[in-house]
Amino acid sequence: MPISRRRFLGWIGAAGVGATFGNSAHAAVNKHYKGYPESFGVLHDTVLCVGCRNCEAGCNKVNELPPPAAPFDDLSVLEHKRRTDTKSYTVVNRYDHAANGGGPTYRKTQCHHCLEPACASVCFVRAFTKTKTGAVVYDASVCVGCRYCMIACPFEIPTYEYDKALSPRIMKCTMCHPRVVKGKLPGCVEACPNEALTFGKRNDLINIARERIRRYPDRYVNHVYGEHEMGGTSWLNISGVPFKHLGMREDLGVTPAPELTAGALGAVPIVVGLWPVLLTGIYAISKRKERIARAEQEQAVAAALTQAREKGEAKLSEALEKAEVKNRTAIEAAVKKALEKVAETQTKEGS
Amino acid sequence: MSKDTTTISKSFFPPFGYAAKELVTALVQTFLSPFGIVAGIIVVLGLVLTVLRFTGGLATVTNLSDYNAWGIWIGFDLLTGVALAAGGFVTSAAVYIFGMKRYHFAVRPALLTGFLGYSLVVLALHYDVGRPWRLPYPFIIRQGTTSVLFEVGACVALYLTVLFVEFFPAALEWLGLKKVRGLIIKLTLLLTIFGVILSTLHQSSLGALFLIAPSKLHPLWYSSYLPVFFFISSIFAGFSMVIFESTLSHRYFAHKMDETHLKGREDVALGFGKAASFVLAGYFTIKIVGIAAGNNWYLLGTSYGFWFLVELLGFVALPCFLYAVGVRDRNLKLIKWAAVWTVLGVVLNRLNVSLIAFNWHLPSADRYFPHWMEIALSIFIVTIGIIAFRVIATIMPVFYEHSDYKDLH
Repeated sequence: MPISRRRFLGWIGAAGVGATFGNSAHAAVNKHYKGYPESFGVLHDTVLCVGCRNCEAGCNKVNELPPPAAPFDDLSVLEHKRRTDTKSYTVVNRYDHAANGGGPTYRKTQCHHCLEPACASVCFVRAFTKTKTGAVVYDASVCVGCRYCMIACPFEIPTYEYDKALSPRIMKCTMCHPRVVKGKLPGCVEACPNEALTFGKRNDLINIARERIRRYPDRYVNHVYGEHEMGGTSWLNISGVPFKHLGMREDLGVTPAPELTAGALGAVPIVVGLWPVLLTGIYAISKRKERIARAEQEQAVAAALTQAREKGEAKLSEALEKAEVKNRTAIEAAVKKALEKVAETQTKEGS
Repeated sequence: MSKDTTTISKSFFPPFGYAAKELVTALVQTFLSPFGIVAGIIVVLGLVLTVLRFTGGLATVTNLSDYNAWGIWIGFDLLTGVALAAGGFVTSAAVYIFGMKRYHFAVRPALLTGFLGYSLVVLALHYDVGRPWRLPYPFIIRQGTTSVLFEVGACVALYLTVLFVEFFPAALEWLGLKKVRGLIIKLTLLLTIFGVILSTLHQSSLGALFLIAPSKLHPLWYSSYLPVFFFISSIFAGFSMVIFESTLSHRYFAHKMDETHLKGREDVALGFGKAASFVLAGYFTIKIVGIAAGNNWYLLGTSYGFWFLVELLGFVALPCFLYAVGVRDRNLKLIKWAAVWTVLGVVLNRLNVSLIAFNWHLPSADRYFPHWMEIALSIFIVTIGIIAFRVIATIMPVFYEHSDYKDLH
């Protein structure tokens, strides 16, 4: 395909326009991720919750979980604090506030379905997915069973089938994703007799929560838990008592979990890029030092040798000279002796 | 036997028959020694527990729970194991990159312990993860590149390969395969640099694993410097392990050592001891910087603060000082104890980060303490390492230069 000047300029122009608008549009939006638009969530109003455990029963039924240790109408289990486990995706706990003059408050606990889930960010096989419905779902078919998700989850939600030898799975609330995509309500929401649970678009739920707080400021604490916690969660809570009295942590901060490890992961290319250069440099320097040391050594040896040779030569010539002198004296002595002898014999003969 | 060798080596094939015989003899001898009997009992117990683990699941042999997902198989076998296997990369870097050739004889034992250390880490992981046969999944099925654990896994897998190749010449010399050996020896510098890169990455990212959980790890241990802490501490862990292992080897393998090796022990202790002292001092400083960066001074007065100071003063500052005095006075005994103390300090640090200061917010009833079977399986895995080391050091040229390959490197 021949490239005409016009076509080329056209490309450049298009690229320029793309770069300008694309980038400026990108730069103009706040890069802060606010979750999938139009995603769903659930609002749990603990003021309305009566602790009947119907939600637990509903969850158990729709998720076909094994029968519970104590039947769902047995409210004595509320005496002790419980947590989610492999047989229950959700549990209700009772929190007494006798000191505050109020009655008990009940809180349902389950996966909070973070907008940017810690479990999904730490999974090295991407077994967790934040779906567009808002649910965080898990795929057991790739799970290795490392349990890093359980370490990472700030809400301590994922549970693990420790009793299964070869096929353990992570078990946690799915926000009834399979039902939601079919247009049904999550099991717990459907079972709630008191409308303590509201299912809907997360944005609407935040407005509803705010409206309730605005209308009944004496009944509610002015905070929607989950609006910003850990970067925001699809599950929201409002309460009449401080959240820390409901066993909910108020020190989690608003940083989405993936940001916590982003810096460390960002260091990888730096290490990979810098180390080979630095290390090869160090190697070259140490080699060079070695070579210089060797050359210096050789030089020193050569110098020493020359010096020794010169010294030796001097000594030799001196010795030779000495020897010559000695020889000469010896010869002279011998000659003298011989002459003397001759003279002696001559005198003897003469006499 | 010498007759056998000559006849076989004349044939086209390398003397594998002889090698197999030698291997079996070494194995039998190992298990017939007093050490072998104790090791044998541990191995049998370990095999029984292995059956329990793979029939009953983790619930049968561990105290792990939904709150405590990682126990000593991660805190000790993985985190500590990798840190203590750092001797391979620090020694080969010192010799081949920094040009400290007088430690050349120490490279092979260090590489062997490194290779065995990493192999055992991977073996231990097979017990810990739910479906061990899926361990290659992160590389071949689905890559979770946003996970620090992905980085750890990739680097450990690659580094294990590098260590294998680096140590392989010893096996090739034993088998008499000169040509292949020559080829690998030519790659030494490349392998060493690759090894340092991989070690930097995974040693640090083992610390970075915990960056995700600021709400669970005590603030005195949680720090954005965690990766740096883990990397720097792996360096003095490596130096100290080389000194410690050389002490042990000189006791048990002296008959296998050549002149250079026997004479070089003091050199290594003094040189590596000095280096360890310096790195410990640097580590101490950045730990202080860590407290300052988090402005956590007020926490030093709490009980966790006391424990933190025990680690920092007792197991970092103290061995730093002991090493310095030992090197100044050329006191080999003191250096040896400083090395042991440093190693214990690294063990303590890794356990603190992963278990003791982790989940500190939970009530004591929900906290973790290892089941005896977890401890027994960890001992079993360490024992396998010692057996493997003994056998390999017996049959391959680890502590001496093979007579056919002198001055060839």
